[in-house]
Amino acid sequence: MSQTPVLELENLSVAYDTPKGPVRAVNHVNMKIYPEEIVGLVGESGSGKSTLAYAIMRLLKGSAFVQEGTIKVLGQDMYKMSPTELRAFRWAKISMVFQSAMSALNPVMTVEQQIIDTLTSHRKGITPPQARARAEELLDLVRIDRKYLKNYPHQLSGGMRQRVVIAIAIALEPAFVIMDEPTTALDVVVQRSILDQIQEIQRHIKFSVLFISHDFSLVAELAQRVAIMYAGRFVEVTPSQRLQEAGHHHPYTEGLLRAIPRLTADEVTIEGIPGNPPDLVTLPSGCAFHPRCPVATEECKIALPPIYDTPNGLIECHRFAGEKVVQHV
Amino acid sequence: MSAQSPTLPSVNPGAPSMKKRKRRKGNWSKFFHHPRAIAGLIILAFFVLLAILAPVLAPYNPQANIFIPLQPPSWQHLLGTTNTGQDIFSQFVWGAQTTLMVSLIGGGLSLIIGLLMGMYAGYRGGWIDGLLNSVSNIFLVLPSLALLIVIESYVKGTSPLIIGMIIGLTGWAFGARVFRSQTMSLANRDFVVAAKLSGMSDLRIMFGEILPNMSSIVATSLMYGCLGAMLAETGLAFLGYEGMSTSSWGVILYMADGGGAMLSGAWWWFVPPGLAVALVGTSFSLMNFAMDQITNPRLANSKRRRKSRVANSGT
Amino acid sequence: MRYFLKRLGFLIFSIWAAMTLNFILPRMMPGNPALILFGRFQGKLPPQALKSMELEFGFSHAPMIIQYFQYLGNMVTGNWGISYTYFPLHVTSLIAQYLPWTIGAVGIATVFSAVIGTFLGIWIAWRRNGIMDRVLPIVTMFMQSIPYNWSSFVLLYIFGFSLSWLPMYHSYSANTTIGFNGPFISSVISHGILPVVTIFISGVSGWIIGMRSNMINTLGEDYVTFAEAKGVSPRRLIFSYAARNAMLPQITSIAIVLGSVVGGSILMEQVFSYQGIGFLLNNATSSEDYPLVQGIFLIIAIVTLVLNFVIDMLYSRLDPRVRTGGAN
Repeated sequence: MSQTPVLELENLSVAYDTPKGPVRAVNHVNMKIYPEEIVGLVGESGSGKSTLAYAIMRLLKGSAFVQEGTIKVLGQDMYKMSPTELRAFRWAKISMVFQSAMSALNPVMTVEQQIIDTLTSHRKGITPPQARARAEELLDLVRIDRKYLKNYPHQLSGGMRQRVVIAIAIALEPAFVIMDEPTTALDVVVQRSILDQIQEIQRHIKFSVLFISHDFSLVAELAQRVAIMYAGRFVEVTPSQRLQEAGHHHPYTEGLLRAIPRLTADEVTIEGIPGNPPDLVTLPSGCAFHPRCPVATEECKIALPPIYDTPNGLIECHRFAGEKVVQHV
Repeated sequence: MSAQSPTLPSVNPGAPSMKKRKRRKGNWSKFFHHPRAIAGLIILAFFVLLAILAPVLAPYNPQANIFIPLQPPSWQHLLGTTNTGQDIFSQFVWGAQTTLMVSLIGGGLSLIIGLLMGMYAGYRGGWIDGLLNSVSNIFLVLPSLALLIVIESYVKGTSPLIIGMIIGLTGWAFGARVFRSQTMSLANRDFVVAAKLSGMSDLRIMFGEILPNMSSIVATSLMYGCLGAMLAETGLAFLGYEGMSTSSWGVILYMADGGGAMLSGAWWWFVPPGLAVALVGTSFSLMNFAMDQITNPRLANSKRRRKSRVANSGT
Repeated sequence: MRYFLKRLGFLIFSIWAAMTLNFILPRMMPGNPALILFGRFQGKLPPQALKSMELEFGFSHAPMIIQYFQYLGNMVTGNWGISYTYFPLHVTSLIAQYLPWTIGAVGIATVFSAVIGTFLGIWIAWRRNGIMDRVLPIVTMFMQSIPYNWSSFVLLYIFGFSLSWLPMYHSYSANTTIGFNGPFISSVISHGILPVVTIFISGVSGWIIGMRSNMINTLGEDYVTFAEAKGVSPRRLIFSYAARNAMLPQITSIAIVLGSVVGGSILMEQVFSYQGIGFLLNNATSSEDYPLVQGIFLIIAIVTLVLNFVIDMLYSRLDPRVRTGGAN
């Protein structure tokens, strides 16, 4: 592809400093996201999804740090910017919808103030009437009545708060939006309407999305490509329409697919993946998934598999030995 | 209501660490390894030993005015003498006993009252809670020293024991408030609900299930109570409500004030008792600080928060 | 509005409770010391003073409940009795004369400690792990534990006695004329410095510690990270997002701090012979002037309760969740 990717992760590792030494939450991750593309990121709790999102945003706090690799947004290295450059770049080009809208909004400021703060921080010349007009426009876009502008977050329902967070995220029409489990805290009906809205706005503003979720069915429906994360690694990156090809994916992906409840004629089948996600401090040797893997061999316990380019996507599993080995995703 | 409750740093209702008893034990062992807690314990132990060993350590009768007045510190008189020729070191050592005892009585009594009021109100809810909470709110905002002075003006010539009890009877409100909110949050936890459903009596739930899960708050509250009682005792004694027959640290300050320590430049008379009160107070604060950091990890270190995010909750 | 009425209700209820406490206390004491005193003064005091004491201390033969309502009526109408040490002055006029000094000293010290302590707390929390962050908590712990009477003593010894920079006793110099004139005002200021510093020393540390830990908690909140991400300037981030929220619990704890500051002022006034309400209270108790003791306690209670009410109202201005009656 000749287009500049909106996001380019190269060999990215993020670690946390602990008394026992650095612990990797994101482990040698490669990824490119192109304009207008929606990419899903799926994994269990603790697999490193949010850490990756915060690392891309350069919002890592405390002991977390980028250990290796680069993060480029629209060709620019996020970690080479000065604080001032970063402040201007972030949100104008790349923004993020936080997981919990409840806690992402300042409880003592009105919705309007919080939207206007975003605008005035980036557009120095903007006049108050212009900012207010834009705030109204944004609320229209996320389908909230304008009268709620003067309200405080606690006066809004959970779904409305999440819409406000989305409105703030798209306020500057960024090229790329990270959505970190934007609907997890909401009930199913509200979830549905917010997802529809996200798709509608995305078609309208044409930004790329990295959609993080632990809900496979949601991601498969929304995204063109899906990355599956396990213990900090991308074990598979695959086009969503190939997901139905059972038997040709990473065993973990297949486990996740089987875990989606399927409503057949008269019964509901759910299958889980046996075992628990590994502790990042004491990762299993070889392929980190091998203790839970139904098709693991001796080799899996010893050697980390390379990434194979299969007809169904890029997969990090010994099962596909013989396919073409790639360095980069 | 929650918005109005005072949130002093020590109050940490619903801290995650209080859910399980296993974690609680961990907290205590962390506490005894925390450098600030150790520093606090050492300071406190020093003064407690001083108090216990007063009969052995005090070289002279603290009341006997048999020495040359207003001598500066020397080997003979480690802390010098008063204007009536009493040995200040002997007074100081015996004063440790009186002051710490009043502090413990006052702090302990206010803890017990606060605990009973707070737990009962928080557990029962409804109009009982409304009433008890209003009463503790009033006691919370009334300036307690003024109230103590008024009471003392009626009860003349009191002993340290009675002073400690009066302090305890007037100083329980803050504890009650903390225990109330803590009990309210614990009362909805699964293990309490389970105990209720299994037909356990209210009393057993309160003391067997809820109380053990508040142990770090009980400890914090006791330390605050003792600190408050000590300061109150020092104040009352300084104003002359403790009588001159005892020698608490507050009484030494009272005598120093009345005996013209200031104008005769006798710094050795008034510096030691106040410094001792401040040091014992600091030791309580150090231990509280350590307890806070252990039960509220965010205060200890912002790093830890992220770690736990990765380790157990959402990523 | 509902909030306002609720707090107003509590204010009235608590003032009533303080009055009732005042009524009950002397009657609860073994032998009612006031009664004994009353007997001593019979014939020595003019009848109107005796009459007011009668009412206040239950020497009247009327049933308790009648006495109680008479007493309440007197309190509400401002008829607080006559002091017999300062005879024939009314308790209320004595209070009016002494109270402003305390309010001035305590007020100035509290405003200073609140403002300085809050900013220091914000600053320390923002620049975490600096030297200040390591040293200051211990220093403030020590400062918080210093008894007021001792800090007054030490300050007085150093700056009044040893260095003679500042006057040692009283709230103004006796050889100035009270009024709005230069010498008097400068004498009030120079006499006020040490008392104000005493209260400030103990008060400021609580503000620093409290603000520091609230700030640390708030800085870890998602909305601060979210605001940082959306490009809000660091200044605005600290003050409008973090500090604004961190201050809320601080404001509610003023209520508790106030009580101890008032208590501290009583001790401070004794050391400095500063002619405030605490000094008057000490004089009243040592001369067993019970009408005055009761009046002073009541005024201290009323002032603190009213201030609490004002703080609650201020709080509701700052926290929309209280104002609009929403939950969290």
